Amino acid sequence: MTATVDPPWALLAELTHGCPLRCAYCSNPVELISRSRELTAEQWTDVFRQAADLGVVQTHLSGGEPLLRRDLARIVAAADTAGLYTQLVTSGVGLHERRLAELLEAGLRCVQLSVQHTDPQAAELIAGARVFSAKERAARLVRAAGLPLGLNVVLHRADIDAVDDLITLALAWGADRIELAHTQYYGWAARNRTALLPTRDQVERARVTVRRRREQLTGSLELVWVAPDLLDATAKPCMGGWGAVSLTVAPDGTALPCPSAATLPALDAPNVRAHRLDWIWRESKAFNAYRGETWMPDPCRGCALRTTDFGGCRCQAYALTGDASRTDPACRHAPDHHLVRALVDEAPLRNSAYAYREGGT
Amino acid sequence: MTWRPVLARHVMLRRDPVRDTDLLLMPERVVVLRGHAGSVVRLCDGRREVPEIVAALAERFPGAPVADEVPRFLSALHEEGWLR
Ligand code: SF4
Ligand code: SF4
Repeated sequence: MTATVDPPWALLAELTHGCPLRCAYCSNPVELISRSRELTAEQWTDVFRQAADLGVVQTHLSGGEPLLRRDLARIVAAADTAGLYTQLVTSGVGLHERRLAELLEAGLRCVQLSVQHTDPQAAELIAGARVFSAKERAARLVRAAGLPLGLNVVLHRADIDAVDDLITLALAWGADRIELAHTQYYGWAARNRTALLPTRDQVERARVTVRRRREQLTGSLELVWVAPDLLDATAKPCMGGWGAVSLTVAPDGTALPCPSAATLPALDAPNVRAHRLDWIWRESKAFNAYRGETWMPDPCRGCALRTTDFGGCRCQAYALTGDASRTDPACRHAPDHHLVRALVDEAPLRNSAYAYREGGT
Repeated sequence: MTWRPVLARHVMLRRDPVRDTDLLLMPERVVVLRGHAGSVVRLCDGRREVPEIVAALAERFPGAPVADEVPRFLSALHEEGWLR
């Protein structure tokens, strides 16, 4: 298999799990990696170099909140020097004018800003922190600096009825792109699944709105709808295939085929402190575990869609069945699909409040 | 006003030695430039006008249908918002 492994295009660099927000939908692990175990800027520099040698051309600097890293400008410069196109994925909290100027100078190419809601109070309830005005300011600064701005909205029961307003907000803030992505129920988000799952009616209404807005948009704003796999009963093409397109490096150097794969206990994920990225990508057991099609069970094995959705998400299979190698239960053909149907049908009937992480960082 | 094409600020032209090709990098997207497309984009430095780009390429690739294809290719990139 080794000889035929295509190189990865993108690296998700999770610089820290620390975050001033406490989003109910956060898909980072329940047990966060402590700040003392984070890779240093030197170690990231080495990771970027190795990644570029391997074929990576883009990196998303993410977290947590990457702005909590005081050495972020050094890290950006290291990525840029390695030849990587560098995007900052941020909540906007802590993005002041001087800070942005420093990052620009270091070679930052674009910014992706999370937005919880158009209504500041609703946003505060979802994020567990008062952050709306910081985001508004961040958006303004990014636009003033002439950097491309993407908004990223995680959809769930409490914000999906606001998609129309969210798209209007994206236009008002001068965004180039808005991504409306349904919640990924991993990590902390899994705890809040019952409170977060939208109803089928809500999803249908949002879909109609997105279609209408897309027809009206004149090309200034790119509108991306990431489908709700659970409600659509359709497996998502998770990560473009396991170990196929991109890799994630967690704050402590753990290398993962997908940001949620830390939840898979049997994965035995390698760490960049101990192994070269090239070996990790090509040879490690973790990156080969669900690569290609040989691991696939029935019904994926004989299904025409297996080259499009790659059998869906391993983390979801594990989260719902305890076995990561089963067909993603989101898929209507999956033997475990009844689990998803039950979740979707029952969640809206229960009125549950969010569980928040303790404290912020 | 004469057009002196230059890459939009969010677009980065890069040689990819691993895949042996030229790429346009932008947020959430990578465009693989096949054939000599990279050589064309590399001439879009904001100083040269389109006829100069065509002339430079005609010299470099004698016999190639650059006079037709290059302006068409450049406007296509402009349509996409990748060239200004
Ligand atoms: S911004 Fe929200 S979703 Fe992102 S890491 Fe912080 S708490 Fe989690
Ligand atoms: S059976 Fe497997 S390959 Fe087919 S649609 Fe479902 S998840 Fe995808």
